[in-house]
Amino acid sequence: MQLLRAVLLRLATTAVTLLGVAVIVFVVIRVVPGNPIAMMLPPGATEADVARLTAQYGLDKSLPEQFLIWAGGVLRGDFGLSITARQPVLDLVLGRLPATLELSVMALVIACLLGGFAALTGTRARGTGGEAAIDVANGMALSIPDFLWGLILVLLFGVLWPLFHISGRVTPSLELPFTTDFYLFESVLRLRFDLWANIVSHMFLPALALAIPLAAIIGQLLKQSLKETMHLDYVTLARTKGYGENHVILREALRNAILPTLTLVGVQFTFLIGGTVIIERLFSYEGLGNLAIDAVINRDLPLIQGIVILFAVIFTAVNLCVDLLYAVLNPRLRHG
Amino acid sequence: MADARGMVKRKAGLKLWLSGGWLALVVLAALLAPWIAPQDPLAQDLFLGRMPPAWVSGAEPGYWLGTDSLGRDVLSRILHGARIALTVALVAGGITCLIGAALGLLAGFLRGWVDLAISRLIDIWMAFPPVLFSILLIAVLGPGLSSIVIAIVVIDWTRFARVVRAEAMAQGAMDYVASAQVAGRGRLSTMVTEILPNVLPTIVVLLTLEMGIAVIVEAILSFVNLSISTDDPTWGGMIAEGRTSVHQAWWVLVFPLVTLFLTVLAFSQLGEGLKDRFDPVLR
Repeated sequence: MQLLRAVLLRLATTAVTLLGVAVIVFVVIRVVPGNPIAMMLPPGATEADVARLTAQYGLDKSLPEQFLIWAGGVLRGDFGLSITARQPVLDLVLGRLPATLELSVMALVIACLLGGFAALTGTRARGTGGEAAIDVANGMALSIPDFLWGLILVLLFGVLWPLFHISGRVTPSLELPFTTDFYLFESVLRLRFDLWANIVSHMFLPALALAIPLAAIIGQLLKQSLKETMHLDYVTLARTKGYGENHVILREALRNAILPTLTLVGVQFTFLIGGTVIIERLFSYEGLGNLAIDAVINRDLPLIQGIVILFAVIFTAVNLCVDLLYAVLNPRLRHG
Repeated sequence: MADARGMVKRKAGLKLWLSGGWLALVVLAALLAPWIAPQDPLAQDLFLGRMPPAWVSGAEPGYWLGTDSLGRDVLSRILHGARIALTVALVAGGITCLIGAALGLLAGFLRGWVDLAISRLIDIWMAFPPVLFSILLIAVLGPGLSSIVIAIVVIDWTRFARVVRAEAMAQGAMDYVASAQVAGRGRLSTMVTEILPNVLPTIVVLLTLEMGIAVIVEAILSFVNLSISTDDPTWGGMIAEGRTSVHQAWWVLVFPLVTLFLTVLAFSQLGEGLKDRFDPVLR
């Protein structure tokens, strides 16, 4: 009962947050200078043409009216028409969302692997030079943002030692048999490992750039909690039973040390998704972020609105999931 | 135990010296740029396009780090770029700090509806993808130095507000605050004279980190071509240009990138070093 009330309260505040985001974006982009309608029409269009198109996009009404019309549409799943592409915003956005999701999830997996590896080897080598080296690497990874890592990776593995592709999502000349936009996922399902390798080779560097700062955070926190757990009685007991160091760390300590890290990973995952905007631009990856920057440059108001709202929905959804997961996993809250 | 403490202290000292030293160099470069830059950072010479750095064969004397596609001197542009980077770091970092810390202090100490309103606002802000938000703001405000500063302040105030609010809340629950209240101090006066000095170390650390972030944000905005103007020498603009010609002229990307990397690293290590210094457990 208590849990249900907490969830409902949480959903209500989430709704308020999303409404706030919608209002702010709506107001901000309507102050954008430059008339998008005038940009759409060929030179020599008459005043009447401009007025007709302005009315068609509803831009002649007052701000509150425009907001109500738009919000009403959103609730029915209608985000309006993109001004530059002249297609429904929802179609455009949903077409690009899979690319961004695949990139984010791949980055998250890389971050967990790298961070977990750093924490485990650091714990294994505690008190030695190995631990100090891992601490220094962690500190570096943490202080440099994804944008700079992306540029460094472009230089190292795109130019100096060209192991990976540094632009696009897949080589354009390839024939793609896909019916969905989840290329990476579908290529596995269709057992087309040639395509899969090509896609991974395009995605690896941007995903790694996004992953490095998060990996550092995971490595630091997990190592910290492992270290604390290693002093607990039950771990000492396992050791007196004669288990080796690897068994003690992996089988005994890790299980209890992982909870705080898990919560943090959830929160940090939203930052990672936010980082895709500039990383996609840097690697010319055809995802949501790249679409967003184009939309801003072209003053495509309905499209900008749709994308920002979608990002906000993803962020709040991830946070909500993390809170629920934490409640389920933490025994103290479960039996509260 | 005393030994371990000594080691942490020495490490923190080294961090402070190295990062402080690099930042001092950047400050000197910014101050002296017009006098020490070997060339005019804006002068184009299409006959000198994409000249390699001095130690590579085919270099043009007087252009130590080579030239970009328009024949502009890379070294001179980096030196002049330091002026814009530092201006953004100081002005944007400072204003963000003032506004964010003030709101965080009010929310954390006064609690009640003030806290509720500010916390809700922080929640809404956290639901925006920051890079997209800043690009949107620059599109609205128009390019230019002041727009960049405004965009950074508008987006990053929550970094200060969140942390300072939590600190102020923790401090507010302590006995010394209660005794100040008993002694008849007003709420606001307690906040400024009792709470503020105690959260100041945290604010200073955050400010240092924020300066590094401001430099990066400026570079990102230059990169998507929304920063100042394509002519003005900014590190981000140079990096954007270098990214497009990276296969023909690596030096156009590498040198500004290394400069930006070291500067951002220095700001964050300075913050980390200060944090260790301020930590009462280590002191």
